[in-house]
Amino acid sequence: MSHTRSLSALAILAALFATPVSAKTLVYCSEGSPENFYPGINTTGTSFDANSQIYSRIVDFERGTTNVVPGLAEKWDISKDGTVYTFHLRKGVKWHSNANFKPTRDLNADDIMFMFERQWKPDNPYFKVTSSNHSYFNDMGMPKLLKSVEKVDAYTVKVTLNAPEAPFLSDLAMEYAGVQSKEYADAMLKAGTPEKIDQEPIGSGPFYLVQYQKDAIIRYKAFPQFWGGKAKIDDLIFSITPDASVRWAKLQKGECHVMPYPNPADLDAMRKDPNVTVLEQPGLNIGYLAYNTTKKPFDDVRVRKALNMAMNKKAIVEAVFLSTGVPATNPIPPTMWSYNKSIKDDPYDPEAAKKLLAEAGYPNGFETDLWAMPVQRPYNPNAKRIAELMQADLAKVGVKAKIVSYEWGEYRKRAQAGEHQMAQLGWTGDNGDPDNFLNTLLGCAAAKSNGSNIAKFCYQPFEDLVQKAKTTSDQAERTKLYEEAQVIFKQQAPWFTIAHSVQLKPVRKEVIGFKLSPFGRHTFYGVDLK
Amino acid sequence: MFRFLLTRVSLVIPTFIGITLLVFVLVRLIPGDPIETMAGERGIDPAEHARLVHEYGFDKPVIVQYGLYLARLIHGDLGRSIVTHKTVIEEFTSLFPATVELSLCALAFALLIGIPVGIIAAVRRNSIFDQGIMGLSLTGYSMPIFWWGLLLILLFSVQLGWTPVSGRIAVLYFVEAKTGFLLIDTLLAGDIDAFWSAVSHLILPAIVLGTVPLAVIARMTRSAMLEVLGEDYIRTARAKGLSGFRVVTVHAFRNALIPVVTVIGLQIGVLFTGAILTETIFSWPGVGKWLIDGIARRDYPVLQGGTLLIGSIIMAINLAVDMTYGLINPRIRHQR
Repeated sequence: MSHTRSLSALAILAALFATPVSAKTLVYCSEGSPENFYPGINTTGTSFDANSQIYSRIVDFERGTTNVVPGLAEKWDISKDGTVYTFHLRKGVKWHSNANFKPTRDLNADDIMFMFERQWKPDNPYFKVTSSNHSYFNDMGMPKLLKSVEKVDAYTVKVTLNAPEAPFLSDLAMEYAGVQSKEYADAMLKAGTPEKIDQEPIGSGPFYLVQYQKDAIIRYKAFPQFWGGKAKIDDLIFSITPDASVRWAKLQKGECHVMPYPNPADLDAMRKDPNVTVLEQPGLNIGYLAYNTTKKPFDDVRVRKALNMAMNKKAIVEAVFLSTGVPATNPIPPTMWSYNKSIKDDPYDPEAAKKLLAEAGYPNGFETDLWAMPVQRPYNPNAKRIAELMQADLAKVGVKAKIVSYEWGEYRKRAQAGEHQMAQLGWTGDNGDPDNFLNTLLGCAAAKSNGSNIAKFCYQPFEDLVQKAKTTSDQAERTKLYEEAQVIFKQQAPWFTIAHSVQLKPVRKEVIGFKLSPFGRHTFYGVDLK
Repeated sequence: MFRFLLTRVSLVIPTFIGITLLVFVLVRLIPGDPIETMAGERGIDPAEHARLVHEYGFDKPVIVQYGLYLARLIHGDLGRSIVTHKTVIEEFTSLFPATVELSLCALAFALLIGIPVGIIAAVRRNSIFDQGIMGLSLTGYSMPIFWWGLLLILLFSVQLGWTPVSGRIAVLYFVEAKTGFLLIDTLLAGDIDAFWSAVSHLILPAIVLGTVPLAVIARMTRSAMLEVLGEDYIRTARAKGLSGFRVVTVHAFRNALIPVVTVIGLQIGVLFTGAILTETIFSWPGVGKWLIDGIARRDYPVLQGGTLLIGSIIMAINLAVDMTYGLINPRIRHQR
């Protein structure tokens, strides 16, 4: 009897604590808190996810792809020489409002000018507000690329570049180019609280911010006057849950609908759960081991090729990535346009590797360093473990590799300075353009001191192709050039390409229309609930 | 009493300066600077890096930076987070109530169970109950918090569905933060469902955080009680014909309290340390998680300010604990 009573009491307690979930409220168990609500200075995917719901951009990436589609600009013209972009803005785009500010006008060219000038011109009163570190704007080369930005009329903006730049539109579709309200900025400047625009944001995106509590919750509501039409869900909640196992527990219980970054160990259980679908797609990333092509013995292509054949990539990927990575052949991921499918990877063949080393003058191998990042990265779950496996494989062909590591910031700095012989690193794509991999990571300019080209690879035939593609606007032609560049890359072997990590997204079955973003972003416009 | 207080407060000042110096030096000994850390694998242009280092004042000699930090501190300025650009005070005050609420509930859990259990174990010395409780408390003391938290979530939240998995309140309740303490805010808002939701969210984290203090308090209560129960005045009290309950609760327990109160005071520090892990597991938006993120991002002002504030609070609590000795034991009061 008492047992029954206690069970009933527990049932009542459970019923009391259960919370009803509204039909159109989507809960996303995000992994952390955003830095702030100004995408221009954000550097983490977590912050971009929080901000991309609020702000619109001049152009956008089509959901689930890297294709650029109209955003705030409904159309644009590009001059024949590829240096002048004229954007024709949508009319009637409404701004959100909050307790501090009620907009009196629709979005217009002034707001677009403000987006550029705040990040570009040190004399803009907002340049230093919150932070002057406009990281992505600088990284995409905007300060050097932009010649002028002019307001032609209230709904037309003309951007002139110093040189043609094919990826320019893709650059503008990135989150850092989210457009803030100039009218709001002016009002807050006048009130003496300019930083408010980055803390209590006003955007023109599909959702407006209702509440943010650090490390707990971000609450949004669908903006009924959104220029693209109201979102299918009414409320969007980011329930901030840093631990991956806890996110999974919440997803199982129905406390959230979508979760990012699952623990590989939980994947089997996730796939077996009848209420959950695990979406997967190779991410827009690459993990690699770069040979320093300016240092002996790696200045000899035969040595690089030999080492590529000496390491068992399949075994490394299976052991370290488990089911979360696919072996990489090319320096760009297979989901990117211009990926050259015809290229064959170097085979795992230690005997052939030994022969090639002997041919290069190293019949007994040599000694080298092998750098491993001290941290887990999206493209590499365990660099030290990978280094150990590589070390064992290399020992079989007589190459004695010493594993080296530094604190993460120091590691990157030293690798970019070219202090290593072999170093692991990787990249996650920014704008879906092959230039963002092939030029950023393997171009001659990036091979200079402190550039991202840590292989210090500067090979003219490759460079010519990549630079030509950068200034060509015809995508079919660019594709050919990049395909050719990948062939040269494989011949020259500046990297041992390790893997592309697979993006895995457990989603509850009641969620309709969630699409994986190649950039690993999480956007909920267009998503519905059963 | 006043002299005692004055002596103790005067000891606080060097401790306070010691904390500022220690934290200031230690955070700068962590390799990597905040600007490099923010850049990730993208790297940062050396000129831009130099400009930002100058803007944040990291290019000045460390001693000058420390002096400037102290000067700002005297004016109550703890600086701004390098990551969020909000003031440290603003961030701390918005997160601290959550940590306090959790810690108080964990402490209440530890006291309400630990003290009675310790007393009973002492009274029934060497019984099965005593041995069982002491075995359990040793297990509780040795329990890794992270593992214990996940275990409870899997059992009570996922398998049985009795408690929510994490967070402070169900996401659908929108309660305006007046005091920052959700148990109070929900009641002030008159939303009883939200109150129960907040209570249900507190159960598992309070148990996890309270487990180690519970084990320590139970063991300390038992050993202090055993010592007192062997004293002559207890035998006298029993000989006078007082009830066993009165002897234990009034005569023995009051005299056993001093070491127990000392341990409780020390557990406050343990609670704050434990909160760091507990908050991470249960997505509890408190200062523990905030400090962990501060370390990962080399957010110097957050680390300096946060540690200083928590250190000051622990010092204040321990001072208050010392003051209660006099209330508990008149002999100590008179010695002062």
